[in-house]
Amino acid sequence: MTFRGGRRAITGIVALAVLVTGALVWALWPAPAPPPGRDVTIPVLDGPAGDQRVTLDATFFAPPGLGSGGGRAPAVLLAHGFGGSKQSVRDQAERLAARGYAVLTWSARGFGRSTGQIALNSPDYEVKDVRQLVDWLARRPEVLLDRAGDPRVGIAGGSYGGSVALMAAAYDSRIDAIVPQITWYDLADALFPDAAGAGPANGVFKKMWAGLFFSSAADRLAPEGGLGAAGVAGVAAAAGGGTPAGAAPPPTPDQVRCGRFLPAICDMYQTVAATGRATPEAIDLLRRSSPVSVQGRIAIPTLLIQGRRDSLFPLSHADANARVIAATGAPVEVAWYAGGHDGGDPESDWVFDRTVGWFDQWLRHSARGGTPTKSSPDGAAFTVTRDGGRDPGTRRPVLLHATAGRYPGLGGTDRTTVDVAGSPQPVANPPGGSPAAISSVPGFGGLLGGAGGSVSPALDIPGQAAAFESAPLAGAVQVTGSPSITIRVRGTGDTTLFGKLYDVSGGALPMLPSNLVAPFRVTATEAGTPVTVTLPAIDWRFDAGHRLRVVFSTTDLGYATPAAPAVHTVELASPRLTLPRDPALTAPSTGPVWWTWALPLAGLLAAAVLLLTGRAPRGAGRTDEHLADVPLVITGLGKRYRDGEKAVDDLSIRVERGQVLGLLGPNGAGKTTTLRMLMGLIHPDEGEIRIFGTRVLPGAAVLSRLGSFVEGPGFLPHLSGRANLELYWRATGRPAADARLEEALEIAGLGAALDRAVRTYSQGMRQRLAIAQAMLGLPDLLVLDEPANGLDPPQIAEMRRVLRAYAEGGRTVIVSSHLLGEVEQTCSHVVVMHRGRLVSAGPVGELLTATAPANGSGTRLEDVFLDLIGEGR
Amino acid sequence: MNQTRPDTAGHAPGYSPGRTLPLRVEFARQFRRRRTLVMFGLLLALPWILVVAFQFGPAGGQNGQNSLRLSDLATQGGLNFAAFALSVSAGFLLVVAVALFCGDTVASEASWSSLRYLLAAPVPRDRLLWHKLLVALTYSAAAVTVVPLMALLAGTLAFGWNDIRVPGTGEVIPAGDVLPKFALVIGYAMVSQLVVAALAFLLSVSTDSPLGAVGGAVGLVIVSSILQAVEALGSLREFLPTFWNTAWLDALSPQPEYGGMAKGVAISVAYSAVLIALAFRRFRRKDVVS
Repeated sequence: MTFRGGRRAITGIVALAVLVTGALVWALWPAPAPPPGRDVTIPVLDGPAGDQRVTLDATFFAPPGLGSGGGRAPAVLLAHGFGGSKQSVRDQAERLAARGYAVLTWSARGFGRSTGQIALNSPDYEVKDVRQLVDWLARRPEVLLDRAGDPRVGIAGGSYGGSVALMAAAYDSRIDAIVPQITWYDLADALFPDAAGAGPANGVFKKMWAGLFFSSAADRLAPEGGLGAAGVAGVAAAAGGGTPAGAAPPPTPDQVRCGRFLPAICDMYQTVAATGRATPEAIDLLRRSSPVSVQGRIAIPTLLIQGRRDSLFPLSHADANARVIAATGAPVEVAWYAGGHDGGDPESDWVFDRTVGWFDQWLRHSARGGTPTKSSPDGAAFTVTRDGGRDPGTRRPVLLHATAGRYPGLGGTDRTTVDVAGSPQPVANPPGGSPAAISSVPGFGGLLGGAGGSVSPALDIPGQAAAFESAPLAGAVQVTGSPSITIRVRGTGDTTLFGKLYDVSGGALPMLPSNLVAPFRVTATEAGTPVTVTLPAIDWRFDAGHRLRVVFSTTDLGYATPAAPAVHTVELASPRLTLPRDPALTAPSTGPVWWTWALPLAGLLAAAVLLLTGRAPRGAGRTDEHLADVPLVITGLGKRYRDGEKAVDDLSIRVERGQVLGLLGPNGAGKTTTLRMLMGLIHPDEGEIRIFGTRVLPGAAVLSRLGSFVEGPGFLPHLSGRANLELYWRATGRPAADARLEEALEIAGLGAALDRAVRTYSQGMRQRLAIAQAMLGLPDLLVLDEPANGLDPPQIAEMRRVLRAYAEGGRTVIVSSHLLGEVEQTCSHVVVMHRGRLVSAGPVGELLTATAPANGSGTRLEDVFLDLIGEGR
Repeated sequence: MNQTRPDTAGHAPGYSPGRTLPLRVEFARQFRRRRTLVMFGLLLALPWILVVAFQFGPAGGQNGQNSLRLSDLATQGGLNFAAFALSVSAGFLLVVAVALFCGDTVASEASWSSLRYLLAAPVPRDRLLWHKLLVALTYSAAAVTVVPLMALLAGTLAFGWNDIRVPGTGEVIPAGDVLPKFALVIGYAMVSQLVVAALAFLLSVSTDSPLGAVGGAVGLVIVSSILQAVEALGSLREFLPTFWNTAWLDALSPQPEYGGMAKGVAISVAYSAVLIALAFRRFRRKDVVS
């Protein structure tokens, strides 16, 4: 009984533990083992004449459950990034295969264990290789065929791998869908960008990225990661180590110079890198490897995933790809995710899901005829990953995916203008181009800026930058696309400038969205050369109260700038800064979700139901007028333990005024249980108790006429005896004068100990204090449970006297005891209980006489008692 | 509470159920307890201990720009220090304090056996529970308030009265603007501890062991905190009682966001309403055997 609550609590804890364990197992259960890949070497013939023999190192992942000859599955070619190998995409390949695709990964020529030299996805080399991989797939028994020799196949890959997907799609009509990620439209433009629109011949050399790009292909620097899938971490790792030790022979000068590049490409790079200017031959060569050279020939469903943190292949490249592919009428979707070559959040899972969704849609569903259905929940013509605040549990950044039904291009669906102001400002080009402003540091953006953060600090050098600033914005502006502005540059000769759009708020550092800059080269004139600068494409929210600041700097760490010192003047041709927007782009609502309101209401409702249905049993309890003068009437009282055994069974007692009643019985007779029911502490199962005619229920007001001491004292140990009694009396809410505190304290007889904390008391002192507490207010009915415990003989004698005197005034005392002599000497009446039942009741004297003959000799209550409970001789 | 109205016939002179166990008496009964005094002493001392700890630490906080974590910004001024003190204590110390005040209140009476004499006085059960809950919640609220206020005082004396610097972005908000928000933060911290209070109270009613009640409530917080780190549970975690406990940080950012706090309040109110109702329901029907 004591552990009723405890047992429930244990049940609850066990249930919770089971639930938690279940949830953890469910969450952490290992996924089924991925299908093992099979390593194969595929010999191909390529070169302009198709006569160069190259061996490609590849791995084939058969879709699970199909390999033994059942059905056929669509195939996916998974290409790796620059500097990587087939190992870089192994994880993705396994996941794709588990989703039911036949997946082929390969190390491109010049990478990993494949032979040959790097030709930068040239139509004569890498593209021919891919065509022969498609031939290979067409011969596999696991691969679904559209026609003989024409497998159902898609290509996915990032960076270098994305480019080969685009190029192969242009040259091989058997390819059905592609997902190129963070890749280029025009490699010449990527390496020699010109934001004034004059093309790569006039472009500014992106020297740091170009250097990393070309050097990472050299054998001695080839990292396992690669620039595509694994991002820049691979470059950083390569920079730190990876040099094969000892055994290998020292590299030849040619290897050191060109790594595994095709000599023609190597020579081209050496020329342009030395001068910082693109030659027509270089542009021609780079464009042969770029989708720009195959406009109109890519006409298959294409999902372009480009990174917002990408200063190597910025969003404008995906935009150009999207435009030319959509012009053929092929379905195109564009996604700007939070990663890119500069780091950010790789969003691996989301990118994978979108990729699989795209292939499901175009390689699988279209096969069943009819129009393909939307299968990916995130699928939309235009998706932009935005910052969604922080996860309140982990405090980590949360990403939202805003979607729109149409891809508007970098000009947005509409535009707004903000006026910027500033006087003409002279800007100096430092000799040697140093020190240089910093926007992003290629290869280290992700390390410096912290993964997940959308910006890292940018730095301008005073004297090298002209700034034009707007007034604080009245309302927030969400920019999606490329802002533009027209300026004039005065002076003489050529200069390079870098346009940047900062978000300036009150206290913090100005932020350069995505750390992107727009480089351009301009020939200055004394009258001022007008230039319309297309600033980098961004998706950025300029909040109300912030200012927009357009800065033109003469230097940037990532680019080649003229070595000769010069000073030019930059001024605004028009104060208008044009900002493209796409209001259709909406993120899932971040407003209060429905349960914010519903849950507390439901909780309060549930609470109300619990309280209303859980009312305490209501007594029939009008006062029985006939019994109004009878201190205690117990009728048919019964109480079961939880195990069903009866603690009290059909007990009926009547106690009159002036009686001192002894409740007698051995341990376990049910005395204490009866007294607890009398105090309203436990609920009777059957029968009732009436005190002065009023039925006893928990908290019944008539209990105020009862003084009780049951099963030991109960005091606050930190308070003194006096404070305990005073606080107890104040808790009853009755007038202080009614307490008769001094009389009660006299009975306790504690003397000076009364003002000590109760925890210092002996057992007997507490006992006496408890009896005094029971007598507070001189109740009409006094119930004392084993009052003589812990008292010494003189105190017991005193107790007897006090109790008899107490009853003489017409009050009633009930004393329970297992000490027979005690009852015999104190009580006028006695009730004998045994095993919960009433055995005998009546005046003490009567009980003694009634049983006298059975005994013969002198009668003692002890004998009577033992006789009554059937344990006599 | 609408407890069965006990019959008022035949009661002792001067007795009225509505006058039993006045709040003043319950405050007095609880106040002089050693655990109350020790807990408040600890809570009041904590900010000073932190101040001393920061004084002795290596003086790296002056290069400010690079490290914008809450702990690095604590020495920026009184307000920053108070926010830091609240964030380090809300996770565990305040949980223990609240669980102590609410979990111990009925269970300790049961363990001292004084509960049965209060009930036989008689204090109606609903009234006893209601007043005990109010007093325990008041002590809990005082505990939650006293830490940031004392930290504000200690921080202002030690580091000066400066504008607040926001963790993460390093932006500066004027102290005057942030003061009302600070009241909001303290209020939210109280509400978010309500679940702990309600659970501790329910356990307190269900068991005779004060330690069991306090430990059970603290255990729930620990389990919940562990679960909320399992990201595989996804949005299910939003319904964990501790998930939104740090959402008050959003109120101190330059663009305050109240979505998380609204959810936190919703979760907290819903859980605690049910738990408290369960406590009343259980106590009404309970056989008091302690």
